[in-house]
Amino acid sequence: MNKNKILLLFAHPSPHRSEVNCPMFEYARALEYVTAVDLYAHYPTYQIDIDKEQRQLNAHDVIIFQFPFYWYSTPSILKEWQDLVLEYGYAYGHGGTALHGKIFLCAISAGGRADAYRTNGYNHFNVRTLLQPLEQTAYITGMQYLPPFALFSSRSALADGTLAQHLQDWKLLLEELHHNKFDPNSVDSLVTINELLDTRHQRER
Amino acid sequence: MTMYFIQAFVYLIAAVIAVPLAKKLGLGSVLGYLIAGVIIGPVAGFVGQEAITIQHFAEFGVVMMLFLVGLELQPQMLWQMRNRLIGLGGLQVILSAICISAIALFLAQPLSVALAIGLVLSLSSTAIVLQTFNEKGLTKTEGGKNAFSVLLMQDIAVIPMLAFIPMLAMPELVALAETSKETAEAHAQLSLVAGLPTWAFALAILASISGVILLGHFLSRPLFHYVAQSGLREIFVATALLIVIGIAALMSLVGLSPALGTFLAGVVLANSEFRHELESNIEPFKGLLLGLFFMTVGAGIDFDILSSQLLLIIALTLSVIAIKACILWALAIIFKIRNSDRWLFALSLAQAGEFGFVLLSFTTQSHVIPTDTAQILQLVVALSMFLTPALFIIFEKVIMPRYRSTASDKAFDNIDEKGNVIIAGGGRFGQVVNRLLVANGVKTVVMDLDAAQVENLRTINIQTFFGDATRPELLHTAGIEDATSLVIAIDDRESAKALVHYVKRTYPHVIIISRAFDRGHNYELKHAGADLIINETYHSALETGAYAMTSLGYHPFLVEQKKHAFIKTEQQASQQLYEQWVLRSEGEQYDHDYRKLFMQIEEAIKDAMQSDRIDKHSHDERGWTPPPRGYENDFD
Repeated sequence: MNKNKILLLFAHPSPHRSEVNCPMFEYARALEYVTAVDLYAHYPTYQIDIDKEQRQLNAHDVIIFQFPFYWYSTPSILKEWQDLVLEYGYAYGHGGTALHGKIFLCAISAGGRADAYRTNGYNHFNVRTLLQPLEQTAYITGMQYLPPFALFSSRSALADGTLAQHLQDWKLLLEELHHNKFDPNSVDSLVTINELLDTRHQRER
Repeated sequence: MTMYFIQAFVYLIAAVIAVPLAKKLGLGSVLGYLIAGVIIGPVAGFVGQEAITIQHFAEFGVVMMLFLVGLELQPQMLWQMRNRLIGLGGLQVILSAICISAIALFLAQPLSVALAIGLVLSLSSTAIVLQTFNEKGLTKTEGGKNAFSVLLMQDIAVIPMLAFIPMLAMPELVALAETSKETAEAHAQLSLVAGLPTWAFALAILASISGVILLGHFLSRPLFHYVAQSGLREIFVATALLIVIGIAALMSLVGLSPALGTFLAGVVLANSEFRHELESNIEPFKGLLLGLFFMTVGAGIDFDILSSQLLLIIALTLSVIAIKACILWALAIIFKIRNSDRWLFALSLAQAGEFGFVLLSFTTQSHVIPTDTAQILQLVVALSMFLTPALFIIFEKVIMPRYRSTASDKAFDNIDEKGNVIIAGGGRFGQVVNRLLVANGVKTVVMDLDAAQVENLRTINIQTFFGDATRPELLHTAGIEDATSLVIAIDDRESAKALVHYVKRTYPHVIIISRAFDRGHNYELKHAGADLIINETYHSALETGAYAMTSLGYHPFLVEQKKHAFIKTEQQASQQLYEQWVLRSEGEQYDHDYRKLFMQIEEAIKDAMQSDRIDKHSHDERGWTPPPRGYENDFD
């Protein structure tokens, strides 16, 4: 099986306040099979270089959007990135097949508790449902969509120790993506990919 | 006259040969000077008697050094140091003096002589230690800072010692002195306070100290302004020397240590905008005089006494170093100085110092210590100073490596250790740069050549220094070695270019951000090695153009995109233009090929602006392009 190259597109407008995303990003950056891009650092004035981004996409097999969950969606630069880079004729439409077959997933951190993201919770929808615009974007651009990798209660994760576990899961996730160990069809029923990682951890024990 | 030239030549050539050699061998410049002194003095016999006279002159280097030390120390910092200064420094002096006196008593010296010896040997060498710290970059370490406070306390302690020593005078020596005329170096000293009653003496001291502080605070600024406006460099140098020498003279007249007086003046001027200018003017004098001082120490070693009493002198020297090091070690434990810093603290201050010489000649003059004992002690002091560089080498080569592994574990640098930015030029441009940086807590040093401008900036609380940033010494005192970046915002095009060239060559790690006047200047700066160049009117002109477009009815967001497309196309082209410019024919700012290329690029920009829609793939119209009409048919 060939090894996947991962493109990590990271969007955090205030990384100096980040407790979760920066450690994740820093870890990923050190891996030779990950190209880690801090979008806000590259494009502080949002002047996204379309050609460069498309070239970068072409050179990778797995695309990850990593971001803190803002109003049930991405921080604005990632939306801008989609608006600009996923052009007609490149990512969709006539001749737009550049992304076909690539794997796509989101790695998010959410402030709310896990049980808030349920039908009877105050956020009413689970994160998989809330991320459906991105899921559909993946479908129309021919990418295989994986359920999101999510951390809930992220504001207290550092203090209560769940961050450490999350980082362990993150390492495992990147490694398995690199070795192409996920079958998109078998994980399709999951709300988050964390569930799968948890069972793998349990099996190891 | 001829004699002076020859002597000066001998000293200079010895220094020029020995010091770089010693530095290359990793011995440090101090040892180099000492060895040079030994070679021209006792070994080769080129210089002899006059070494002592020169030494008195060269001691002035110590005075200048303390002035410079004072300049680095704002009064607030001095106040923060008070515990270490009095506690650590005071205890060091007292304990060392007591222990050494006890041993002298044990060696059958009379009580008064023993006490004087204790005092003389308790002091360390400010000159050697600070010079070596500077050279080896140890000033900012914990050990270095503590050692500095001890040295400062010792310099202060010299004053009460000078008052105390005459009280120890031995009657038989005084009697001896009366019969023999040739008392060593008892030249009649000029003094304002001789024969005054104690209260008047105290009053005179108080008056001169407060005089220094008040004059330094109120008179120095107008004086510097007056001189700066003349624009004559050498007069500024003269003024700086005038201040140091004037204060030294005043202090000597009232019987105080000139070193302490100038230190005080330095502290008073530490907040002044002229600080860096003063530093860079005094610095070379200080360096040369200190070097001379070390050379005279080497030259003054009397090999006859040394060889006849060799074992005794070596034994005494080693025990002085051992005792002082032990006391320093114990104090380091009490004051919680740890690891390699404790070693540095104990080893660096274990020698006797140049004030020891001063006190020794004073003790013989006041008939406390007999001349033959004093001569032996002089050799002990000199030898211990001679051994100090060796101790530093031991510290560097043996002790530091043992602690290095623990030091590298330290995770992150402190925020306040963040790199500095030096801003050359405090005009319209430099000011805005500075305001942005300072508002974000970045430490900056702003320098401007216009004294009136500096004054203006100071009145609105912008820390600015008077000085010509293109002068290497001044950049050095502004801390260019430790700076992360240098912003060049000076008005003179040629100087800016020279500055870029110099800094890039001498401090390649410094990021140079320079303002350019126009395209040609931009290329010149780039050619000289600037990392980032901003054309001063470029962004404001683009902004103006954008407003003009908006006024014509273009949508502001579209205008913004056009502006960025313009910048991008231009940036891509500018590399090409630059290469063409480098190849231009001699003596021409822009040659024919360059002009042709420039026209082509103008066309390219126009093209990028006008080209339409998706098929042309221009930069500005790529973004947010809607899919073609009827595209949905593909999906069904």
